[in-house]
Amino acid sequence: MSAKKKQFVYSKGLDNALLAVYDAYVFFIRFFREIFRGRMEFQEIVKQCYAIGNKSLLLISLTGFITGMVFTKQSRPSLSEFGATSWLPSLVAIAIVRALAPLVTALISAGKIGSSIGAELGSMRVTEQIDAMEVSAVNPFKFLVVTRVIACTIAIPVLMFYCSMVSLFGAYLNVTLNEGTSFIAFFENAFEQITFLDIWTSVAKAIAYGFTIGIVGSYQGYNASKGTEGVGKAANSAVVTSMFLIFIEEVIIVQVSNYFRA
Amino acid sequence: MEEDFKPGEPVIEVRDLYKSFGSLHVLQGVNLTVHKGENMVVLGRSGTGKSVLIKIMIGLLKQDRGDCIVLGKEVSNLTGNDLRDLRLKIGFSFQNSALYDSMTVRENLEFPLVRNIPNLTRADIDEQVEYVLDAVGLLQTINQVPAELSGGQRKRIGIARTLILKPEIMLYDEPTAGLDPITCLEINELINEVKEKYQTTSIIITHDLTCARETGDRIAMLLDGQFLKTGTFEEVFDTDEERIKSFYDYNFIQ
Repeated sequence: MSAKKKQFVYSKGLDNALLAVYDAYVFFIRFFREIFRGRMEFQEIVKQCYAIGNKSLLLISLTGFITGMVFTKQSRPSLSEFGATSWLPSLVAIAIVRALAPLVTALISAGKIGSSIGAELGSMRVTEQIDAMEVSAVNPFKFLVVTRVIACTIAIPVLMFYCSMVSLFGAYLNVTLNEGTSFIAFFENAFEQITFLDIWTSVAKAIAYGFTIGIVGSYQGYNASKGTEGVGKAANSAVVTSMFLIFIEEVIIVQVSNYFRA
Repeated sequence: MEEDFKPGEPVIEVRDLYKSFGSLHVLQGVNLTVHKGENMVVLGRSGTGKSVLIKIMIGLLKQDRGDCIVLGKEVSNLTGNDLRDLRLKIGFSFQNSALYDSMTVRENLEFPLVRNIPNLTRADIDEQVEYVLDAVGLLQTINQVPAELSGGQRKRIGIARTLILKPEIMLYDEPTAGLDPITCLEINELINEVKEKYQTTSIIITHDLTCARETGDRIAMLLDGQFLKTGTFEEVFDTDEERIKSFYDYNFIQ
């Protein structure tokens, strides 16, 4: 008996890629449909927000602090060449608020939270826990996916603000150790150059990154297959895909905010 | 409109059912009728499509063609609330129990209850959870997490989680797989107790002959994607059919 040859519209690779994009689109649309359907799992959203904050707080504190400190240290020689070290607080604050804090928070969260969502949902999929919810007439998408995506969208902006403060504190320590600038003088100088547009842009970025981390992690985990290998793959893809999308979003949001700035 | 099923009336009817996964033809024209109040055992080797059959019955999979009518409704035509209503009447016990790892036994049992029956008080929830846990003999595990339970306990809790919604039909997927002989006997007894206490109609998927003999009112032998023979345990195995004889002999040697 000869095996029937599988027919492809374009090629195997392109067909699979197009199908994956279509699947992701359907998942994305389903998220917005399910938000308004049935009861909202507020308790689970709060639980997930707490888990996200708890998981990332230490890592974000550490990376935020180091980022602020190192960025200040690296910027000082260039500014001192022009005798402009007094601009250091403003320069560092603009860099942190506009770019570093949202990006550091997003990348850390993509690694820590995205992989955790991918692995958790992936493991629930391969051990039939998601099927068990479905057969007991509970909507697993609403309980597992919607709650995690909303929690990420809420928690990442909060973490981003926290990261900004810790980074600025790192920068302040470096400045005060070298220039002896006081706490009040540093922060007055730092916040002088920050505009509402900077803050709103950062918030918009953090919301977009949080949503991306939540939806990508959930998509990869919810559609995991092939046992434990699939769980690892889901966790890995969640991180790689969300990081890739975060950089694309960064470019787009910066372009849009520059349009308003001009 | 809700239909009134009299005792002995068919509650599950499978007609000429086909299901394939790519080039793998799992079910090839399966026919089966299960009557109200009976325990039907679907017996067969691993990979013959037994689990696929009950997953089609609860709408987790869709058949390629044929009819699967449960409680008077074609399952593949149901969506949204209609499918949800049907699922509320069916309990599905998974092969690996599928307990929610991150929840305690109490939370596992509360999970479907509070989401399907609104306005329950804390006292009502506690009473119902304790009642079903007592029914499966595991009230003492109420605050444990699944990782702390043995394989047999996990199976029992899995069954308890389905019983909490008081289903009319129970679907057991390999209830004794991976358990020691004594625990197998306990699970077999539990299946019979559930039938008595909850007046359920059950389909038990297994490759374990002892389980089939102890729990089945009738047995359907699934081999090569089709039911070879249906009847009581004695009727099915009193045969010259080579494949059925070799299945029996293999189990006997085991």
